[in-house]
Amino acid sequence: MSSKASKFDLVISGVGGQGAILASDIIGKSAVLENYNVRAAETHGMAQRGGSVVNHVRIGCDLGSMIPLKGADCLLALEPVEALRYIDSLADDGVVIMNTEAVHPVTVTTGKAEYPDVESIVAELRKTHRVIAFNATEKAAEAGSRQAMNVVLVGAVSNFLPIKTETLLERVKEMVPPKTIDTNVKAFEMGRSMVE
Amino acid sequence: MNTREYMLGNVAIARGIVEGGGRVISGYPGTPSSEIVDTLSKMKERDFYVEWSVNEKVAMEVATGAAMTGVRSVVTMKHVGLNVAADPLMTLSYMGVKGGMVVIVADDPGCHSSQNEQDTRKYSEFSLMPCLDPSTPQEAKDMIPYAFELSEKFELPVIFRPTTRISHGKADIELGEITEHRVQAKFEKDTSRWVMVPSNAVVRHPHLLSIQDGIREELEISPWNELTIKEDSKIGVIAAGIASVYAKEAIENLGVSASYLKIGAYPVPEGLIKKMYEQVDTVLVIEELEPIVEDRCKIIAKDMESSVKIIGKTDGTVPRVGELNVDHCVKALADVFEIESGLPEIKEIEMELPPRPPAMCAGCSHRATYYAMKKVFGKNAVFPSDIGCYTLGIQNGTVDTTLCMGASIPVASGIYHSGEKQPICCSIGDSTFFHTGMNGLLNAVYNKANITVAILDNRITAMTGHQPNPGMGLTSTGEVTKEINLEQLCHGLGAEFVEVVDSFDVKATIEAFKRAKDYEGTSVIISKQPCIIYARRTGVRLTPFKVDHDKCVGCRMCVNLGCPAIEFDKETKKSTINTTCTGCGLCAEVCKFDAIKEVQK
Repeated sequence: MSSKASKFDLVISGVGGQGAILASDIIGKSAVLENYNVRAAETHGMAQRGGSVVNHVRIGCDLGSMIPLKGADCLLALEPVEALRYIDSLADDGVVIMNTEAVHPVTVTTGKAEYPDVESIVAELRKTHRVIAFNATEKAAEAGSRQAMNVVLVGAVSNFLPIKTETLLERVKEMVPPKTIDTNVKAFEMGRSMVE
Repeated sequence: MNTREYMLGNVAIARGIVEGGGRVISGYPGTPSSEIVDTLSKMKERDFYVEWSVNEKVAMEVATGAAMTGVRSVVTMKHVGLNVAADPLMTLSYMGVKGGMVVIVADDPGCHSSQNEQDTRKYSEFSLMPCLDPSTPQEAKDMIPYAFELSEKFELPVIFRPTTRISHGKADIELGEITEHRVQAKFEKDTSRWVMVPSNAVVRHPHLLSIQDGIREELEISPWNELTIKEDSKIGVIAAGIASVYAKEAIENLGVSASYLKIGAYPVPEGLIKKMYEQVDTVLVIEELEPIVEDRCKIIAKDMESSVKIIGKTDGTVPRVGELNVDHCVKALADVFEIESGLPEIKEIEMELPPRPPAMCAGCSHRATYYAMKKVFGKNAVFPSDIGCYTLGIQNGTVDTTLCMGASIPVASGIYHSGEKQPICCSIGDSTFFHTGMNGLLNAVYNKANITVAILDNRITAMTGHQPNPGMGLTSTGEVTKEINLEQLCHGLGAEFVEVVDSFDVKATIEAFKRAKDYEGTSVIISKQPCIIYARRTGVRLTPFKVDHDKCVGCRMCVNLGCPAIEFDKETKKSTINTTCTGCGLCAEVCKFDAIKEVQK
């Protein structure tokens, strides 16, 4: 059950450096422009150095920025393991949108831990939730740059947000480096078309 | 016109400083406080002075000097920084100020990026300075101009205490007017005010106590406290700072009726608390970290001979450690109301997930220095370390101790003087050395500690977001200034063995560490190489490396460096280098089979 205190609660998870903050900024700024109150929480500092990161974005909320357990309407995961790690934040009727491109942590590259099979992660998530899973990094590469992966996923989640697509697209154009606008607009549209 | 902007809490606080007419702003970086001075430093048009000081004590004293002249000043730091600045703080409360002074101390409940989770409100009680505790980023911005006014009214600095969720939260912020606070700085001589010799201090202490009632009365009617009485309920909730919004959401979600007092300023509003006691027979106190409001509530109840029951941390209903959230509040409220919490059941994830701790970046020069250090000193040596990115060397076995800023060298000295037989090599970053490492080196040389000190000089304060420091030759605003030479500085502190090496020249670094280890006395190695993130941001590009799979035998020497750019394929038993390689070349250096080469263009 999502909280009564907010219209739409979004959790964005990923790895430090993947662009989770830009993704939440595009959404947060757009929501403010559509006259919503917004509360967001971000990971900065030590955990950012290649660690697991999670942002909360609450649209239409004027209280705290932290989404209660099983309160999120959507979990947007920039990395597969980071989808499963934060699944407790998602409401039973919430939707997972996830990138299937794995980023191996140092614990895996040095052989101290195993990285699970990505298909089995998706299957595990599907046992309890609606899951939209695709390789957003490849889509971004098709659009022109692998780094636009975060914007592909913003495009995908735009189908669920209570925000107009144009408002989001305008923010994308405004907030990415000027030279990469075309790539990012394409990335957004490719992501948006991934949801039936 | 829409004046609402989506901002980071710390950016909103910086805006509050501008709106309130702050003239001198100093600070030392520390998560979650750093973006306040960062934001002010980056502003193109400024009618204020802003600096990164070398540590929090110095920053506090700079802001104090400014406030003595009548202008408004601010000092920023993280919670543990206030321990460093506690010496000026405790006498500054006797001395007081002329211009408004705000002491911004950002707390980190849950230790997201800190070595402890101490509660700055305790320093407010201790120093007798009032404290403001925002519940939202908007309130954080709005509190700053108020804090200047309050400080000037009572001629006493005001502590302002955001937490991680305020400083690193984002929200839509309604901007305010910029105050036209134009005061000409003028230091007026007055030894009774500015010279805290015993004869003056004994007069200022009772003065400080005498203004407490006035401060309490002023804060009681401030907009930061808010009381709602529910006549149909015998239960009341008192919640402070950010916990007040969590408590509000929990009350709404449970649909219960309770009188509610939000507290945003200390000393606590005794009148409002007493008013609540007239209505209720049970009070649940919700606050992050220490039971400060809770203890005050108990004292007030005892003084009134009220039979009201006070529930909170002492009885275990509300956690005393870590961050609070809505779920904690729902649970505590359900306990008090004796109803079902309705909290969801959380099932264990059946799949084993690989941990993803923060790690040194691909191409981080600290990895190269640690490799050379470990190679020379061996894994049985003792490696005291310090606070910065290099603390992540905990994964490499070269961080045996981390206590607080600057502790590496004194801890190493203490271990040496205890008679420990293993060699001792400590590590400290450039900014941390300037902060409080220098005194430790002076002490080590003076007291003849036979240790090696490695200064990991990555030419910037990296962990907190790349702030300039005295070694860079740049001020906070990017102005060129005297570049402090670390080598000369170490010599000045008495060290005779000081060698400077390029961190990426592994062979030379190893040779230097060997000489340092053999040296009888305190030896210093300065391992110099810019932070790779900052270097790349300023356009530096090195040629990346790749593995020749015909030559790779799968020995994993390169993999064991723990570089995120190096992966090991379990099927083929070969290493590969991924796209995050920045070209530091350390892996090529350690490969015994000559299998790692620069990518040919």
